[in-house]
Amino acid sequence: MNTVAETRLTRPGSLEKNPRLSQWLRVHRDGTVSIYSGKVEIGQGILTALAQIAAEELGIAVERIRMVPADTAVSPDEGVTSGSLSIQDSGAALRRACAQARAVLLASAAARLAVSTRDVQVADGVVRAGGRSTSFWECADEALFDREIDDTAALRSPGDYRVVGKPTPRRDLPDKIAGQPRFIQDMALPGMLYGRIVRPPHNFAGLISLDDSKVKSMPGLAAIVRDGAFVGVLAEREDVAISVQRALRLAASWREADPPPRDVHAWLKEHAAEHRVISEKGNAGARSRATKTLEASFTKPYLSHASIGPSCAIARIDDGKLMVWSHSQGIFNLRRDLALALGMREDAVVVRHVEGAGCYGHNGADDAALDAALLARAAGGRPVQVQWMRDDEFAWAPCGPAMALNLRAALDAHGDIVDWEHELWSNGHSSRPGRGDSPALLAAWHLTSPHERPSAINMPLPAGAADRNAIPIYDFPNQRVVNHYVRAMPVRTSALRSLGAYANVFAIESFMDELAQAAGIDPIAFRLRHLKDPRGRAVMEAAARRAEWSRWKSTEGRGHGIGFARYKNMGAYCAAVAEVEVGRDVRVDRLILAVDVGLVINPDGVINQIEGGAIQSTSWTLKEQVKLGARGIASLGWEDYPILKFSEAPPVEVELASHPELPAVGAGEAAQGPTAAAIANAVAHALGLRVRDLPLTHERIAAAISQST
Amino acid sequence: MGERIQLTVNGALREIEASSDTPLLYALRNDLALKGTRFGCGSGQCGACFVLIDGHPTPACDTPLWSVADKDIVTVEGLGAGGALHPLQTAFVAEQAAQCGYCTSGILISAAALLAKNPRPTEREVREALDRNLCRCGSHNRVVRAVLRAAQE
Repeated sequence: MNTVAETRLTRPGSLEKNPRLSQWLRVHRDGTVSIYSGKVEIGQGILTALAQIAAEELGIAVERIRMVPADTAVSPDEGVTSGSLSIQDSGAALRRACAQARAVLLASAAARLAVSTRDVQVADGVVRAGGRSTSFWECADEALFDREIDDTAALRSPGDYRVVGKPTPRRDLPDKIAGQPRFIQDMALPGMLYGRIVRPPHNFAGLISLDDSKVKSMPGLAAIVRDGAFVGVLAEREDVAISVQRALRLAASWREADPPPRDVHAWLKEHAAEHRVISEKGNAGARSRATKTLEASFTKPYLSHASIGPSCAIARIDDGKLMVWSHSQGIFNLRRDLALALGMREDAVVVRHVEGAGCYGHNGADDAALDAALLARAAGGRPVQVQWMRDDEFAWAPCGPAMALNLRAALDAHGDIVDWEHELWSNGHSSRPGRGDSPALLAAWHLTSPHERPSAINMPLPAGAADRNAIPIYDFPNQRVVNHYVRAMPVRTSALRSLGAYANVFAIESFMDELAQAAGIDPIAFRLRHLKDPRGRAVMEAAARRAEWSRWKSTEGRGHGIGFARYKNMGAYCAAVAEVEVGRDVRVDRLILAVDVGLVINPDGVINQIEGGAIQSTSWTLKEQVKLGARGIASLGWEDYPILKFSEAPPVEVELASHPELPAVGAGEAAQGPTAAAIANAVAHALGLRVRDLPLTHERIAAAISQST
Repeated sequence: MGERIQLTVNGALREIEASSDTPLLYALRNDLALKGTRFGCGSGQCGACFVLIDGHPTPACDTPLWSVADKDIVTVEGLGAGGALHPLQTAFVAEQAAQCGYCTSGILISAAALLAKNPRPTEREVREALDRNLCRCGSHNRVVRAVLRAAQE
């Protein structure tokens, strides 16, 4: 029964770490099944997709599935919900666990009916044989699942799927649309105190003095908590906590930190600590055919997560045990670093996931959890809710790193690329908790006995981090790709949706257009002659067809462009076509994206993720950059960090390839790079000149025009 | 502080004890347990905390209680009649018009105000009416489709 694709898959890593069947599911007498996943809902719809997978293998209605929020006390440890890996990790693990659970339940039911499993009929958990019946629910017994997952159970063949592959409404949306409490920001525990953290909205090197005389007598103030340069406020009312926070901020005197460099991209190029050649291949014969060489430099600024809901956490310390509610992407890693920062044993800490506002990477969620825990120490056993204010979020959450890139390539007389070089300079793209000797949690660095702030690092290839998608997917006879890692961080950086892939794909695909133009070949035809991968070719051709690429009529100020990548060079394929109009600003009139994620679990879920990714990437590409001033981050509100508005959001059309026979891969980050490149190429097509520094604002375009004349 | 303040919220007269300078947002969320109105920026720039005040979409985060004492306040929980969902909410579910959903309440408020004065808006009018609401996940087009769908029903 195993499919071709399945036999090629290795055992999912999540099962190696969590091998017991009882870790993944529990069947209840009321006809429902609880599914335990270590992955968390961050607005991407993963719990719905995982419920579909579980229902499919169990052969029951998806409505019977209850997805248990991840909790370090009861859930399998599946690391971090990141990298578009949840379908691959948790989906693959649940598929096997549920297939085996079904086999075990069937055997138990057959025994109950005193027949062989071959002689039963089963439908939606009800098992019949010879006029008698029982059910999975009647057979529910915890001891049944107290066994190893042994991979012997047959997996359902994709051809027989009834739940997987069908558009399935998100299970969390009805509450959210009805305005019902669902977010961690909405939780209200009995006796809960409200906390706020007193941090300046800029970098600082220490707290010189704090005059709390004016606020001390404020009614409703429960405590002012100070530990070194960490200062927090606890109050009976949230509005009081905020008033005291604002007053204390003004009453505090902070030691200034070193200012960030004026030209970050030049600074990055001067401060690389490691230089790693990540891909090199040589063919002297091909190189000798070079007739024309092009070079170009590209930059990407620091980007902010800019979630609409600032970070939040709830903590309670009771009898030496710490309970934390958090919208962290990695509850087990957070537990480890909380224990490290607080000098507690890990088994005295429980972290439970509660949904938060949209999460696009390592934001302030983990930091807010330590903030809440530190305040909970002064709350006498009462729970404490901390929510960051808007400027806390902009100033203190990690940013997506700034990057500088140099590309160089040579063409032969036929217009083929015979040599390719790509160099990138960047800070690390991950400073998540749970990985270093020192806690990667903001407040830990400000305590009386401060922990050292870990530097952001890069995960190794093939997924990579700063160098994610830096190795071209095209077939070039000569290539050299170098990752210059910068350890010193003028701005705290960490993972933001697609990591380095956004800038690398923007640069590679912009440069491919420059080369196509130099070769006098249509940009899509030029890409196709350098690309063997059939799935890659298929999405590019699908996007071109849907956009009617070859029938484009040029008009003044309008242009179209293509961008293509396979996320991480091993995940989802995505080709984007953008149509733009360049007046004072760039307006994207239309985006067409063709996507291949292999087996599609929830088609509407994938389309929603691609649409959202494309629109967010449009926002990054046209508008976004974290401004820096003498004190560090100077974008502290929406006026300093505008994002795309409703009237600016382009229509997005998505074409989904159908490959039920191929492994399912994630869709969440696939659109980021291709969309940016498609827009940049469309702008270049419209203007006849290229802007290589993001974002593509009016100022950048004006500068490019003035340089060209 | 600690004054008794009367507010008309979702058609009912409610009394709370708070300072009259308290932003309406915290009275709604914490005193009245109406958590659908959410904090986003505290300065009226993102729309996550929009409520209808005498029919106008207004940020609750910088609206002090004293200014709404004699006004009619409607939150997302009170959009529908008699506890049912508002046609906009039904349309949002049908169109799966959200990703994280944090901005959704404020968007529903803006959309409800639009449809109340312009029951058959064009797509462009919908987009313009929602320009004071920020969405970070990129659900804009689904939201616009949902509003147009509700207007047709």
